[in-house]
Amino acid sequence: MTAYTATVTVRLKRGVLDPEAETTQQALERLGFELEDLRSADRFEVDVDADDADDAETRAAEMAERLLANPTIHDYEVEVAEA
Amino acid sequence: MSVAVIRFGGSNCDRDAVRALEHLGIECEIVWHGDGLPADPDGIVIPGGFSYGDYLRAGAMAARTPVLDDVRAAADSGTPVLGVCNGAQIGSESGLTPGAFTTNRSARFQCEPVYLRVENADTPWTDAYDVGDVIEIPIAHGEGRFEIDDDRLATMEDDDRVIFRYCDADGEITDAANPNGSKHNVAGVLGEDDHIAVLMPHPERASLPDIGPTDGQGILRAFE
Repeated sequence: MTAYTATVTVRLKRGVLDPEAETTQQALERLGFELEDLRSADRFEVDVDADDADDAETRAAEMAERLLANPTIHDYEVEVAEA
Repeated sequence: MSVAVIRFGGSNCDRDAVRALEHLGIECEIVWHGDGLPADPDGIVIPGGFSYGDYLRAGAMAARTPVLDDVRAAADSGTPVLGVCNGAQIGSESGLTPGAFTTNRSARFQCEPVYLRVENADTPWTDAYDVGDVIEIPIAHGEGRFEIDDDRLATMEDDDRVIFRYCDADGEITDAANPNGSKHNVAGVLGEDDHIAVLMPHPERASLPDIGPTDGQGILRAFE
């Protein structure tokens, strides 16, 4: 078994309104920043002991499917690195 | 037996639900989620509140507690299940009902009376009303915007699974009358069967004559 860190990034699907991101963008603009758009995402770093990187990725993807993301509104991606 | 009102850590409309149900003469009891459902309840209410502090997403944690397996089994055997507000979020997160309830368009918590138009009166929850009736019930939520992909929404609408939509006082479905940006003004939906329903507005807060309008009674009468 090898120690891996799986990074799961959960984003709203394209086209799904993100009021928190819009509010954040407005706040940045109030501070004088110029920006075209802003998107937010949640990132989870999951430490697992796994047979190999594929195994770690499979397990993290299942975590995303079953809890970390809501498939109705979210897309997610998983990246795995040795810890 | 009686109606089980499931309490999670952070539920705060459980006692309101009990008061409203008792006012209607419906026997009910609060059930701590960790104790599991009593055998053969007459009905199940998943009440409003902030279960698990809305961590991750409103309803996400409670939807994955073991008591939801009991709720699913009871629902499969025909027990009526109503999710209100946080209960609606738990219902959709657990797959009991379609879609998702997510951050309001305003990005704010909103607590205000709203009008709802009855879209399907042929369900236990809306039997007391007629299609097109306008009822006034309060909302109190920060994550109540109904989201679902367009194809699934079209299927739900074709199947009459939308039971309430936000409307104005005249029953018109307008963007101005949509408090949270819900797709197609959806406020309440059915699960796969008519005896499973969730809605963001609070019928239990519109059921006691001493404190205001009682338009929500009809929804709770499904448990009679």
